[in-house]
Amino acid sequence: MEIFNKAFVQGCSAIGAGIAMIAGLGPGIGQGYAAGQGAAAVGRNPGARGTVMGTMILGQAVAETTGLYSLIVAILLIFVNPWA
Amino acid sequence: MGSDVLLALSARGFGGLPGVVSQSNDAIGEKIGINSYGSVTLFGYRFYFTSTHIALLIIVIAVTVLALLANRVIRKADPYGKPGMAMTIIETVVGFIDNTTYSNMGEKHGGAFRNYIGTLLLFIFFSNISGVFGLRPPTADYGVTFGLAMITFFIIHYNGFKYQKIKHITGLFDPIPLTPINIIGEISTPISMSLRLFGNVLCGTVIMGLLYNLLPKFLLLFWPGALHVYFDLFSGAIQAYVFTMLTMVFVSKTFEE
Repeated sequence: MEIFNKAFVQGCSAIGAGIAMIAGLGPGIGQGYAAGQGAAAVGRNPGARGTVMGTMILGQAVAETTGLYSLIVAILLIFVNPWA
Repeated sequence: MGSDVLLALSARGFGGLPGVVSQSNDAIGEKIGINSYGSVTLFGYRFYFTSTHIALLIIVIAVTVLALLANRVIRKADPYGKPGMAMTIIETVVGFIDNTTYSNMGEKHGGAFRNYIGTLLLFIFFSNISGVFGLRPPTADYGVTFGLAMITFFIIHYNGFKYQKIKHITGLFDPIPLTPINIIGEISTPISMSLRLFGNVLCGTVIMGLLYNLLPKFLLLFWPGALHVYFDLFSGAIQAYVFTMLTMVFVSKTFEE
């Protein structure tokens, strides 16, 4: 089949990379929620600022993982694509 | 759509059959900024000497020199006088490492791990911020971060067998139906840790590379410094902290009875 030529596959890979980055929505919402709760906790108990910050950053880093997976999928599709 | 259009497209030089087109490692590396400076063939495989190795060597030498200088400052310090600027910085860094280690791993086990945690923190921090000094950050290479995560993986399981004995294995089968999920959870720990560090640093490197290659020179005078502060300094420091924090959390889980 001549449909699956190189340009076609590269174009579809670029579209796929763009669609994969929609996964960035989830970590954004999650990190914002964690930051809001952290700010509320510091407001309630300003003495525990250091502990709250550490816990918040750790939780945000774990929540960020799914977004980074989508970033890696997009980078693999664009740069290391074996079909294009 | 008639097949004529597609035939015309393919006749113009875009022709090619589907299938795996072999792409050399050189081509992939150069696209994301890893240059090869020569290769050696050993045991039938080709090993490349890349910019990651050069950056790693420079960073290891820099950290060693800084450690020797710190040692010299500590030896010459006057215990009864005022501490100088270098002494204050060293005390802050060592105090921070001691504090986080003891508060996360407990008073009993913290002392045994603070050397490793401090080394890891300093190495990852200097690797992440090396983009400021014009190197390609070594942590934007998956081989480096996966190696660091595998060290954590072996420390977790060594301490698991040391403190929990046979329960470390039987704990995997605790609720019998969940056995596959427990095993996948153990295997995914180093993979998710290494991909998190790699993804964050590579994201900054790719964005800075796009900026420097797409914009004309006269538009790149002062303001990319702000992006360097965010992507290299801030993000790098946060990710170094997160990696060591996760190492401490996972290792200290094995101390519980």
